[in-house]
Amino acid sequence: MSARLTVTDPVLHRLAEEVGVEGPVAVEGSRTRWHIGGAADPQTRLVKAPTGIVEYVPDEMTVCVRAGTSVADLHAALAEQGQRTGLPERGGTVGGAIAVGENDVHVLGRGRVREAVLQIRYVADDAKLVTGGGPTVKNVTGFDLPRLMTGSLGTLGLFAEVILRTNPLPATTVWLESSDADPFAVLDTILRPSAVLWNGIITTVQIEGHGPAVAAETARLAAIGTWAEVAQAPELPAHRWSLVPSELGDPSRWNGATWVASIGVGTVWASIPQPATPTNPVVAALSRRVKQQFDPTGRLNPGRVPGAH
Amino acid sequence: MAGFLSSVRRRLNLNQPTAGDGDPVVEALRAALDPSRVRYDGAERTLLSHDASIFDGGVAGPVCYPLTTAEVQSVMRIAEKHTRNIVPRGAGTGLAGGAIPLGAPIVVAVTRMNNIIEVDVDNRIAWVEPGVVNLDLTRHLMPLGFHFAPDPSSQQVCTIGGNVANNSGGPHCLAYGVTNAHVLAIEVVLPSGEVAMLGGLDAEPAGLDLRGVFIGSEGTLGIATKVAVRITPNAPAVKTMLLSFDTVRNAAHTVSAIIAAGIVPAALEVMDQRITQAVETYVGAGYPTDAGAVLLAEVDGLAESIEIDANRIAEIGREQGAIEVRFAADETERALLWKGRKTAFGAVAQIAPDYYLHDTVVPRSRLADVLDEVSAIAERHDLIVMNVFHAGDGNLHPLLVFDKREPGVIERVHAAGDEILTASLNAGGVLSGEHGVGVEKQKFMDLFFTDDDLAHQNRLRQAFDPGCRTNPGKVIPSGHSCADIAALKRVPREVWA
Repeated sequence: MSARLTVTDPVLHRLAEEVGVEGPVAVEGSRTRWHIGGAADPQTRLVKAPTGIVEYVPDEMTVCVRAGTSVADLHAALAEQGQRTGLPERGGTVGGAIAVGENDVHVLGRGRVREAVLQIRYVADDAKLVTGGGPTVKNVTGFDLPRLMTGSLGTLGLFAEVILRTNPLPATTVWLESSDADPFAVLDTILRPSAVLWNGIITTVQIEGHGPAVAAETARLAAIGTWAEVAQAPELPAHRWSLVPSELGDPSRWNGATWVASIGVGTVWASIPQPATPTNPVVAALSRRVKQQFDPTGRLNPGRVPGAH
Repeated sequence: MAGFLSSVRRRLNLNQPTAGDGDPVVEALRAALDPSRVRYDGAERTLLSHDASIFDGGVAGPVCYPLTTAEVQSVMRIAEKHTRNIVPRGAGTGLAGGAIPLGAPIVVAVTRMNNIIEVDVDNRIAWVEPGVVNLDLTRHLMPLGFHFAPDPSSQQVCTIGGNVANNSGGPHCLAYGVTNAHVLAIEVVLPSGEVAMLGGLDAEPAGLDLRGVFIGSEGTLGIATKVAVRITPNAPAVKTMLLSFDTVRNAAHTVSAIIAAGIVPAALEVMDQRITQAVETYVGAGYPTDAGAVLLAEVDGLAESIEIDANRIAEIGREQGAIEVRFAADETERALLWKGRKTAFGAVAQIAPDYYLHDTVVPRSRLADVLDEVSAIAERHDLIVMNVFHAGDGNLHPLLVFDKREPGVIERVHAAGDEILTASLNAGGVLSGEHGVGVEKQKFMDLFFTDDDLAHQNRLRQAFDPGCRTNPGKVIPSGHSCADIAALKRVPREVWA
């Protein structure tokens, strides 16, 4: 009797054959975040992950999708059933979004990418197809390899297919902005905003949910400022900083830059890059041992190091 | 628990921690920790040879109660120097045998590392030591307007360290997510004795998500010594409702329909008639004892929002044939409804002295079919089964109740359990939703994962613990983890004395 997770999809086996067992290899998605984690080794052979939604069961709030599918295509299909995932919508592929692991600007409302991935199938360094996690919304069977793979830049395995958790699309979404509100007071004023963004002058808040709840929250915000409805989120500068939420109160460190900070989250999008922070040597050594275990010959996406600037 | 242990020690006159004199490991541990916190007496080792599971105990080596990260480091280094195994332990409430000491390990009980170090409301986190009891943390946070979201049934006793090891869930994890969604950073003592801070408080900590894989690793990757948990603001409004049905099937269909309608309630818990009756006799929660099943549903959040969701849930329930839909009128009634749910396992004692609580997950749409199958399996093995479970995420908890003094009953319980697992897997489910693999489900890992999948889980283990000395013999089946077998064979002769 074969295991429940035995891979039967010939499309995935073809990817495994293409990856093969020799030479540097990486998956190319849409190149929207191609610069992350350092420059790719020019010798690297690039392959494409397969595309297509394999199975979508709206009632289960899960979707099985091949890694090469664009997030836009996935979300268009999910929207027909009133659902979405926590993956960011910025033109890339599902596999790319997971490999990079960056959260959407609406992370407070949509959840983190790492929490969206229930099961992941990847081609290993030896061209074997490996599955981590499982198909259900709750699961602690074995080690949580989907977490390890999320944000690993395809340096531990090349993603072929994932099962993602989906969330209901809210009935109502509004963006509000204010130039006189204290951005740090927003989280104490309303319960669960989907985004609270601040550029030093203007605070932009996204509220989602049932119409009456959104209206009530909008009314509560009036206590801390004057608000006007706007069409969308402000434009986000190119460089992404990762800070502790309480550090956002002191914007002097990115002085001179254009920036938008995600209050309560700690992400800052700025026109200048975040200075490199030293990595703890014990954690760095442990990460190298993980890489050594999963890719002993260093053939998977050489040149890239998760966390490197 | 501590009071109980000390009373046992007094009665057995085993309070002199002098046993183990001459054993170099015990001597080294006593030099590193206060000798009163290194125990090698029979009572202590017997008590800590089990956890809350029904599995036979193992053999505990010396039992240590460190107070600091530095002391845990010392213990790890002594273990490494003497090639001894280590088993981390919290309150021992695990149900999969994850804390059972195999290979005569040094048992590192973190229960005395129980300080809430800091509550940082600005960043909505709290730093805690691993021995902090889950409910103690929430009680500490409540006056500040926050709580710790994971709420396992054992929350009055279980520790945050144990929650991290098992990626624990609970009734309210449907909307809020299990432990992994509520832990930002973990200070870990690695099997080498080195200290690593995994994860961080910043938005997207750089590098591999080693925090994420440590959670749920069942004590096989190291020992957590400090944990930064996310604290969740208390919802301003909550509505709890009880829906009763003629059959479990109707309750299960209602659960699927609620989720399909795009509602994510805070909790959706189903209890069948047997457990409802037992609970009613036990605590008088006001459950209808003539119903085939009850569904406890809770929505929380903004008053304007939960009104809409609660009414929709009631409507769906009636469409699915609910015989009664009752809203808790006030906080007292709400607390009583939850008391019923949370004392369900205690109530089982009225039916039979022993129970085996299973834990599998199936797709929500298959709940009703799998529950029918579970009933048929129990009947075939002449066992009583009761169901109380986290229906919202398809997490089944069939309870097989029995009296272990009855000859042959344990064999029947295990045979039925094996069939329940197989039925769940065949329905597209997984082996465990929140209890973990431990020793309980290792032999089934092959039914779910392929050899290559398991080899990759072992790669992760090897990166953290090349000697496989930390909680050996757990999670990964031994055929896929050769080093574990070596670790288990390395039982020092003196521990059998």
